[in-house]
Order: sequence, then C-alpha cells, then structure tokens
Amino acid sequence: MRREWIPFWHSGLSPHSGDVDLLFIGLLIVSSLVLGLLFFLMATFCVRYRASNQIDRGHQTAKSWHWEVGWTAASFVGFLALFVWGAEIYFQIYRTPPDELSVFVVAKQWMWKVQHTGGQSEINALHIPVRRSIRLVMASQDVIHSFFIPALRLKHDVVPGRYQDLEIEVEKAGHYHLFCAEYCGTEHSGMTGEIVAMEAPDYAAWLATQTPETPLAQEGGALFRELGCSGCHGTGSKIHAPSLDGLYGRPVPLSDGSTVTADDKYIRDSILLPRSQVAAGYEPLMPSFEGKVSEDQLLRLILYIKSLGGRHP
Amino acid sequence: MNEDNYLNAGYTLRSWFFTTDHKRIAILYFASLIFFFFIGGAAATLIRIELATPQADLVSSDMYNRLFTMHGVIIVWFFLIPSIPNTLGNFIVPLMIGARDLAFPRLNLLSWYLFMLGGCVTLFAIAAGGIDTGWTFYTPFSTLYSNSYVAVAVTGVFIAGFSSILTGLNFIVTIHRLRAPGLTWYRLPLFLWSLYAPSVILVLATPVLAITLVLIVVERLLGVGFFDPRIGGDPLLFQHLFWFYSHPAVYIMILPGMGVINELISCFSRKAVFGYKFVAWASVAIAALGFLVWGHHMFVSGQSLLASLVFSFMSFVVAVPSAIKVFNWTATLHKGSIRFDAPMLYALAFIGLFTIGGLTGLFLACLAYDVHATDTYFVVAHFHYIMVGGMVTAYFGGLHYWWPKITGRLYSEYWARTAAVLIFFGFNLTFFPQFILGAEGMPRRYHVYPPEFQMWNVLSSGGAVILAAAYLLPLVYLAYSLFFGKRAPANPWDAPGLEWQTPSPPPEFNFETQPVVTRPPYQYTPDFRAEPQNA
Repeated sequence: MRREWIPFWHSGLSPHSGDVDLLFIGLLIVSSLVLGLLFFLMATFCVRYRASNQIDRGHQTAKSWHWEVGWTAASFVGFLALFVWGAEIYFQIYRTPPDELSVFVVAKQWMWKVQHTGGQSEINALHIPVRRSIRLVMASQDVIHSFFIPALRLKHDVVPGRYQDLEIEVEKAGHYHLFCAEYCGTEHSGMTGEIVAMEAPDYAAWLATQTPETPLAQEGGALFRELGCSGCHGTGSKIHAPSLDGLYGRPVPLSDGSTVTADDKYIRDSILLPRSQVAAGYEPLMPSFEGKVSEDQLLRLILYIKSLGGRHP
Repeated sequence: MNEDNYLNAGYTLRSWFFTTDHKRIAILYFASLIFFFFIGGAAATLIRIELATPQADLVSSDMYNRLFTMHGVIIVWFFLIPSIPNTLGNFIVPLMIGARDLAFPRLNLLSWYLFMLGGCVTLFAIAAGGIDTGWTFYTPFSTLYSNSYVAVAVTGVFIAGFSSILTGLNFIVTIHRLRAPGLTWYRLPLFLWSLYAPSVILVLATPVLAITLVLIVVERLLGVGFFDPRIGGDPLLFQHLFWFYSHPAVYIMILPGMGVINELISCFSRKAVFGYKFVAWASVAIAALGFLVWGHHMFVSGQSLLASLVFSFMSFVVAVPSAIKVFNWTATLHKGSIRFDAPMLYALAFIGLFTIGGLTGLFLACLAYDVHATDTYFVVAHFHYIMVGGMVTAYFGGLHYWWPKITGRLYSEYWARTAAVLIFFGFNLTFFPQFILGAEGMPRRYHVYPPEFQMWNVLSSGGAVILAAAYLLPLVYLAYSLFFGKRAPANPWDAPGLEWQTPSPPPEFNFETQPVVTRPPYQYTPDFRAEPQNA
C-alpha cells in the first residue's frame, strides 16, 4: 500500500474517521493561532524592548487582573469547546456495537489470530466486507495488546481476562495496517498484520475459497462433550445443573437476587469463575475451568451455547 | 574569590561525603545527575540510530526493548524528578529565603545516599541483563511474562522514592519555617512557589508508587494475584495506581522548570513577573488538579466511557493554569529592557517548546483524537516537548544563571549561546518529525517499522545526533570555566534576589548577618548596571 508523506492528507476510511480528521484539523488551527499569536508577541516584544533600544517604557500596566481574567476565561472557553467536540465523536466511536457480523480476535505474543464464525481462521490478517459494520470480539491470551488500525483512526486495548467489543467499518476496499499499539514484549513491533477490506462479492468469494474447517459452534459442541460440560448441563443429566438451551441473551436470575443477561461476558465468567455468579436455585457445584481452556476454546464454547438458541441481544 | 567559601571549607573526601551543607549536597547531586543524564542520553542516541532504518540492524529486539526501558527509567527517576529540586533547589532555596541551610540538613544528606543506593541497584539491574518492560512496568507483562530483572529495577526505583519524599518534606518545612524576617509568602520569588507545590506532590504521591511497586514484586515473586487475571487480578488496577503517581509526577518534573523561567524572564527583562499572584497560585492549581487527571492515559483501555469523559474534562482544566503562566511570561516581556544572555535564550526557548508541548497535550486530552494518537509517536513527541524541550531547557537555563553563584566562575558567553541555539535546533529536528509520524500512525516502542515511515525517522535520528553533540558542549565549556573562567562577582546579573547579596561562591553559612526583607521580589533597576559578562 502506497501512502503519501503528508500525514493528514489521506483521509480516514471509517464512518467516524472523517470526524476525527476534522477534529484534528480543528485542533491544528486552534493551536497554530495560539502559537502564532504567542510567537508574534514574543518576537515583537523582544525586538521592540531590547535593552539597546531607547524607547518609552513608561506607564507599565500595574493592575493586571482584567488581563488575567481575560486570558483565563478565553482559554477555559476554548478548551471546553474542544472537550465537547472530542467527547461527542468518542462516544460514536466506542458505542456498543449492534450484534452484526461477529469476528473473533485473539491476541497473543506476538500474533493476531482471527476466527470467522464460519470456521475460517487467519493469522495477522483480517478480511472483511466493505461498508458493513463488523462487531469484533477481542480477547488476549497473555499480556495487554492493543488493536490499532491507523487508517480507521481506531484503537482499543485488548486486556487479558475480559472481552472487548469493538465496531469497525471500512468504506473503501484495500489493504490497511494493523498494529499492536501496546508494548507486549520482545517481538512487539512484529505483531502487525493487515486489514483486507473487500467488496461484498469478493469477500464472499474469499470466504468460499477458505477451506472452512468445521464451523466454530460445531467445534464448540465437541469441546462441550470433551471437557465434560455435557455430563451436567446435557439433557438427561442426573445432576441438578441449569440447562443451556435457549440461554443466550436471556435474563438469568442469580442466587443473590440480582439478574444478569446471558451474554458473551456472562458465559465466559461462568466458565472461568463459576462461583462469582450462581444461577438462582442451583448449588455452586461447578468447578472452575480457569487455566484449563484457552481463549480459542472459550470462544468456541460460547458460540456453541449461542447456537443452542435464545434471544440475540 | 572571597577567602572563605563553602568550596574551600574542606578538601577531604570526608568533608564532601559527610557534609550537611546544602550547597555541597547540591554539588553531589549535580555530579550524580550528570552521570545519569549521559547514561540515559546514550541509550536514547542508540535508539535513534537504530531507528534510522526500518529494519533491525544495530541491536536485537530484546536489546532494543532494554534500551528504551533503561532510557525511560534512568531519565524519569534518576534525572528529571530530582533534577531542578535537588541540584538548583538544594543550592538556591536557603540562599533565596535568607537561611543558613535547609530545615533538615542530615535528612538532606540521607536523601542523596538513598538516591545513590536506588541508582546503583537500578544500574545493577541494567548491567546484570536489563529490564524490558518499558518505564511504565505495565502488568501482567512485568509480573508474569517478562524474563528480565524487573524485581531488582523496581527495588531501585522504590528506594529512590524515599529520597524524593525526604527532599519534598525538607522543602516544605524549610519554606514554611526558615524564611528571613519580612519575607512573607507573597514576597517569595516564584521559584519557591514552584518548588513548594511539587514538593507536596512528592510527599503525597510517591508512597502510592512505592505501594504499586511492592505489589509488582509480590505478584512476580510470590504469585499473589493483584494484576494478572489468571490468578484473580485486574491488569487495569495497575494502570490506575501507576498513573495516580506518574501523572502528578509529570508536574513534579515541569513545575520547578517553570519556577526557573520566572527568575530568568524577570531578570533579563529587568521587570517583575507580570501577575505575580496568578502565577504563584497557578503552580498550586496545577499541583492540585494534577491529581485528578490520571485516567487520560487509559482512554482506549476499556475503562468506562463516563470515567474517560471526566478525565478528559479535567485534563483540559489543568491546562488552564499552564496557559496562564505562558501568557504572564509573555506579558512580562512587554516594556521590559531585554538582554539576550545565554540563560535568557534558554528561557525563551522554554516558552516556545513548552507551549508546543502543552498545545499538543490538548490534542491528546481530546477523547476522539486520543483514540488515534495514544501509544503512537505523537505521544512520544508531546511529552519530550514538555520534558526535554521544557524541563531540560529550563534546567540548563537555571544552571547558566546560577553558575557564577555556585562556582564563583564565569563561563564563556559565546559558547553558552552557541550551545543554546544548537540545542534548540537539534531538539526540534529530533522531535517535531515525531508528531508527524504519530499522526500517520506509527506506534511507539517499535523496533522495526513499515518503510513508509522512514523519511521522518531519518530526520529525527539526524536531529538526535545534533542534540547529543549539543548537550556535550556545556559539559566542555562549563568544566573549562571551573578552572580557567574569570572570577565571578557577587552579583553578575545586577539582581535583587537574596541569593545575589552574598559573595560568589557563598560562604559556608551563606550570610554574614541575617538578611531582612522589606520589599516584594523582582525589584529590578531598569538598566543593567553590571557589565554583560564576557560579551
């Protein structure tokens, strides 16, 4: 991909990046004006009032408070405007993504592993269709990484121990840099990849050429039996464990009286820390799977449970 | 040179290493800080040379990571934080307030020993194999994944923290208790306000850093889960704790620099600082508000959007008192009688570079732009404009200004001005291209990078070589002046401050008689009566 030397002249390519670029230009203009005024005053005073210049220096401003109030108020109002402007766009960038097409991203030292729901997986590359909002679900296997696509003016840390949702959308087909922006160890600068944005037909063609192994949900089903989950949660089990059919997206009453929605985060927590949120009416019998399942496997299990039906949030 | 001064009060090693004289302790600090500055600077130079090409050629990735960690750890904790307070502050504060010494001379000496002990432990960690976590020690990388000497380095920083606390405490008590008769708070030179405010931060925030560092070691060595989610911890907890110290620490570093600039601007404009009370209280406001902005380092970390909103707002608010200072310095120039001696060149450079650093800080405080710019070279450029362009420039300015008082010698004005101009030029060439790299999206801490970023990196590396050479210049001509420089008069700048009313270098107990203050600071005569030195 060829990029020009001038930084902000190739505009961003996501629905929000135009706003971010405009904000950047706004910030540049404001700071250039302030800096220009300051340099002009400094230069003028330095020349005009240099020691060797015999010039009237009388009537020095003794009372200064109206100047002080003036520039304090001006700075404050200016800053407030910039704050509001930046905050507004920020909330658009990080709005909770709708349950669009989900792609799973697992970050680990030092690679990006991408899983499409159809079972296609790729390393250090993410193929997506253009002009379509994609929901990324990101997890880290080890340390903190950061998912950064400069062309989209978009970045989000991938912190271990939790899922991060991020909505991305690319407006123009092409190849774009994907960087890890949070320092993560020896090969941090090698943890790069590319975003390949394709027109919808191309994307469909690409998906078809990828030999889809088994769909992830199906693999999750296999894991569900392998890890012994089905022994308790399966139909016909003698142990009193909640059934998972139709669980996804439903509200779950908990033993402490509160209610949570059974989303990705809840299911993940229930597998890793089963005692933190016990469903009402059940004994806290389930062992923790902390350290026994990888992030990849967790994703498959969640997709399997999702495939058992339920209301999508 | 006057007959009896602090320098010829004793020549034995004992008279230096067991001294409780604030002036001699300041000299001990000067010597140590020069050492650390050049170690940290050498690491930076190697980093920049490596980055001249997109691929790895000079060092391995592991080595590169160790270099930038070493640069950050050494420069932050063993140069920037102690720089102005422990050298210039140590020397000048008692003289400025008409006291014989700081309030706790022995604690002052202990502070230096702790500093050196911490420094040696950290240097040991570097020599034994280095640290590869970055100066921020982010978890869980630092606690469970890094195979380097994290625990040792963290111990070094932990020890040095006590040195900071003792120095802060000493300044607070000294400024409260030892002011000369008649020296009311509003008659204090602004340098003292600018040391008092960060001293309070040192005392309040450093313990939080100490606790955080202890938690790292406990998790790393004993496996108790604080930060690693696999053992029940929360990685973001570390960031909250770390930045609760480290953001106020930014103001520990820059406020004393601003204090020096007040002295320089007023002296070489022959005028009192415009809006004294506003500048004084701006220091206090920066120190107080500085405690409420730490979350702006975490806008993309997944902290709640509401928290980000509040931290962004506070970050804009904390910029207001800094703006007040810049406007007041500029207004001080108005109708002054300005002379461009070397310290003034540094002061003017400071105002320009600090303003660029501050304005780009607004870019980063702005939520939506920070999503793009954080963890890129934009951030690197921004804080180097504040820390190097601002703080180090102020340090050099103050060093030149008080050099005749400290050493009793005059340096070469020609070389001093040359160095000031070269530093300004080299600095901008090094760091301005990094703003562009950041805006283009080049992440920081990258050992290899895509080739399209090379042009700006080459410019930056070229600038770094010039800057490194420019920083070596003062070492040469200042050292030369120690032995061959002309004797300095008591008051080479014709300044009214108390520190200039005693001989150069000052006698062991600073003043013959207790000075009494009867007027506000900065009562300069409009014309320089003293001859320009070595002009």
